[in-house]
Amino acid sequence: MTEAPPATVKLVYFAWVREKMGRAEETVSVPATVATIADLVQWLRSRGPEYESAFERPEIVRAAIDQAHVKPHATVAGAREIAFFPPVTGG
Amino acid sequence: MAVRVQMEDFDIGAELKRISDGRTDIGAIVTFTGTVRGGEGETAITQMTLEHYPGMTEAELERIETEAQRRWPLQASLVIHRHGTLRPGDNIVLVVTASRHRQAAFEAAEFLMDFLKTQAPFWKKETRADGSGGWVDARECDDTALTRWQGAAATSPRVKAAE
Repeated sequence: MTEAPPATVKLVYFAWVREKMGRAEETVSVPATVATIADLVQWLRSRGPEYESAFERPEIVRAAIDQAHVKPHATVAGAREIAFFPPVTGG
Repeated sequence: MAVRVQMEDFDIGAELKRISDGRTDIGAIVTFTGTVRGGEGETAITQMTLEHYPGMTEAELERIETEAQRRWPLQASLVIHRHGTLRPGDNIVLVVTASRHRQAAFEAAEFLMDFLKTQAPFWKKETRADGSGGWVDARECDDTALTRWQGAAATSPRVKAAE
């Protein structure tokens, strides 16, 4: 595969990430320059104050790709659904 | 082997009966129940709301349960986790493990809870008597609890030693 077009991906948010975003989900067109979760967070932060607020401390926001936990260096290529949320507190 | 994520309460007696009915190969059943802590005075918790990630929650719980089965000889296991709005004293989570001997059942139940608390996508939001509240912060000791389960051994050294 060569230069990929922008990829459409569904983003879902939970707990205080959802509250700071002011919505539970959205669909975005991610530029091909975004390769990893960390890239995606950086790109999202430039999109508006609510993103800046939700990702103010990106090191504590967790991510999942297609409903499985991933690290910031995980590649986003082919992802259908990417979730962002605080560290979990169930049990 | 089952996981359930539900709003409604669970009946521990009924669940145990379902697991043990007609079984003669089980020698030990361990149950763990997590409940909502209340506290006292102005900071007493009046309400706790549990949010979760439908789909991923079930997938993570099943993954954790499968890993417990791989590590310990379990005859049966069950994880039930509630979501929605709960009050002090309410049940939150039930873990049941059944094995031929108690050590595997005890250890597997602890393992399931330790992983559930750090991997299953649930988030607690508290409301307090004075009107304050907010999202509960994750506890570092929960992550620390995981380290004792690290390693590729099929069963823990303690179980091996007991055999």
